[in-house]
Amino acid sequence: MISIAVAGIGKMGLSHLAMVRAHPDVDVVGVCDSAGYLRDVLGKYTGLPTFADYTTMLDTAKPDAVLIATPTGAHVDMVRAALDRGIHVFCEKPLSLSAADSLDLVARAEAAGVVTAVGYHNRFVGAFREVKRVLDSGAIGDINHALAESYGPVVLRPKGATWRSRRTAGGGCLYDYAAHPLDLLAWYLGEPAKVSGTALGSIFSAETDDEVYSLLHYPAGPTAHLSVNWSDESQRKMTTRITLWGSKGKIVADRQEIQVYLRDTATPPEGYHHGWNVHYTTELTDPVWFYLRGEEYSAQLDHFVRQIQASGAGEAVDPLNDFASALVTDEVIEKLLADAAGIPATAAEPAAAHRPARRPFWSRRHATV
Amino acid sequence: MDRLLFGDNQFFGINHMSEEKARAQAVRFQDTSAVIDVLDSALDNGIRSFMCTTHDRIAEVADHMRADPARYGDYQFLPCMPYAHKYANAVTEDGMLGAIKRFTPEQGMLSAALAGGKSLATKDIEGMVTLLIDAEMKMFQGLKTPVVFLQNVVVDLLVGLRFDDAFRIFAQHIRDRYDAEPAFITMNLEATLDTLERVGIENPIVCANMNKIGFRMSGGIERYEQLLEERDFQAIAMSVFASGAIPAREALEWVRDHPSIRSVVFGASSAANIRSTAALASELWPDPVAA
Repeated sequence: MISIAVAGIGKMGLSHLAMVRAHPDVDVVGVCDSAGYLRDVLGKYTGLPTFADYTTMLDTAKPDAVLIATPTGAHVDMVRAALDRGIHVFCEKPLSLSAADSLDLVARAEAAGVVTAVGYHNRFVGAFREVKRVLDSGAIGDINHALAESYGPVVLRPKGATWRSRRTAGGGCLYDYAAHPLDLLAWYLGEPAKVSGTALGSIFSAETDDEVYSLLHYPAGPTAHLSVNWSDESQRKMTTRITLWGSKGKIVADRQEIQVYLRDTATPPEGYHHGWNVHYTTELTDPVWFYLRGEEYSAQLDHFVRQIQASGAGEAVDPLNDFASALVTDEVIEKLLADAAGIPATAAEPAAAHRPARRPFWSRRHATV
Repeated sequence: MDRLLFGDNQFFGINHMSEEKARAQAVRFQDTSAVIDVLDSALDNGIRSFMCTTHDRIAEVADHMRADPARYGDYQFLPCMPYAHKYANAVTEDGMLGAIKRFTPEQGMLSAALAGGKSLATKDIEGMVTLLIDAEMKMFQGLKTPVVFLQNVVVDLLVGLRFDDAFRIFAQHIRDRYDAEPAFITMNLEATLDTLERVGIENPIVCANMNKIGFRMSGGIERYEQLLEERDFQAIAMSVFASGAIPAREALEWVRDHPSIRSVVFGASSAANIRSTAALASELWPDPVAA
């Protein structure tokens, strides 16, 4: 049994809590939130031990792992407190609001020897995993260009009183929405050398951005357009789509399906042929022990639990969405902010210069994912 | 409960396989009269049970049916509540407590609870839940609602949290106030059956994904088949076609081979699809409409 504590019971925290509590190998030993009423209701009706204070929870409940689902601005201190105690950490995305802070967390986690994960659940969506498999097979050849898009109905009115409306707390379309397609680009193409033409626009929000557009330039030559808008009411819910053009073909994918076009020059991977191929979520998705809002959420928590079990047994499981991979996205976000503000590119890369000599995420990503 | 229940996913841009198809359907059904046309062709094929969310647009459908008792006198709505997106969006905008405040008609009660702390929590939740149910049921006033569902995101969230009392409160209120059968949609059949058993809800109506390829059947198809044989519950199968991945005949034959599945909920956008599904059902079951 892995004992887990949950910090923050907003929308994401509650749903994580429900899924881990249903996990056969997990014992939930504590929940904390600053809202007394929610804490009170949860404690009364579910019998879960609740805490008003995070560090008191860590020191009293002594969990093996903690699941942090608080506003992004609070992540760094909470993650550090867990790492100082040798506790495994699952943290909601983005990891932090500063690449330097995230880099520090990567180093501390490595020193503490704990398992880390960041809630980039798209890496557990069957169709997006299949994109990775097809890319790694080399079927579509050298990538020329990518288009990464996310649209959805989050901010549809000028008003809004939560942390999501303040960039300093981690709100805004860039941190909250764009982080997802950026994470997919990081997974598929690595880290861009520079970004250009970034536009951060406000549609309804007074203090932060509602739309993000940019062009990312990768070291080996490819480019990627990022197009994200969380004030798009035409979408029923968040929709993320990725399109990749290569010398031998093209891939289009969203969470439901992957469409792959292979030219005559391509070598089709198993299950594919020349011309158009379509595979749906029904065949790409592995079953999960408990389903809430999508297999990917359960799958990422299960992956975290299995990594902890493996680390206890001295084995290794591919980290997939650990702090180190999340750092790449935080670095890109920082580049986008600098570019949009007109700051020259070199000034926006403090984190890259201070990376630890050992960079396990590079080798891991290229060797095993 | 009828054998064939008509579902409403297709009317609201929900398709589990293709976002393109979902969008095309959202475009087609943005006018409520297009929804009513499809419901009418279902009714012409003997399908008179409509399992629907409590989306604002369903209120327009309900108005239409209410206005023509001669045609729709036997029509049954099987509401599935709450319409989760409404609440999820409110939580994003106002935070958890803000959203509760927005949807609770008697604001004073929550404010008292927030100020008063522990002692009020128990009584308060029960009051809040029943108020929310009444708000969702308002659009069906004067229409037949023999079964009322708690929808899957909420059921599964509560099951995962082990918030057992919520099921008791829901079931009690649906029986007392609406003289209807409480029912539950879930993506986690076994965990939900266990929960309902703990709460003492006997032979519950439970709707879950049940299909030949095991799509979204948490715990696996064999386990589901075991549960169908061993547990006492009134099973409604949804996603029997797995969003089109299973051909219709194959899908419904699989259902027929599991006689403890009492009803099938299916969605269709065209009169032709409705006709062929109804025809298939009458071939496979002696009395396909009323089970």
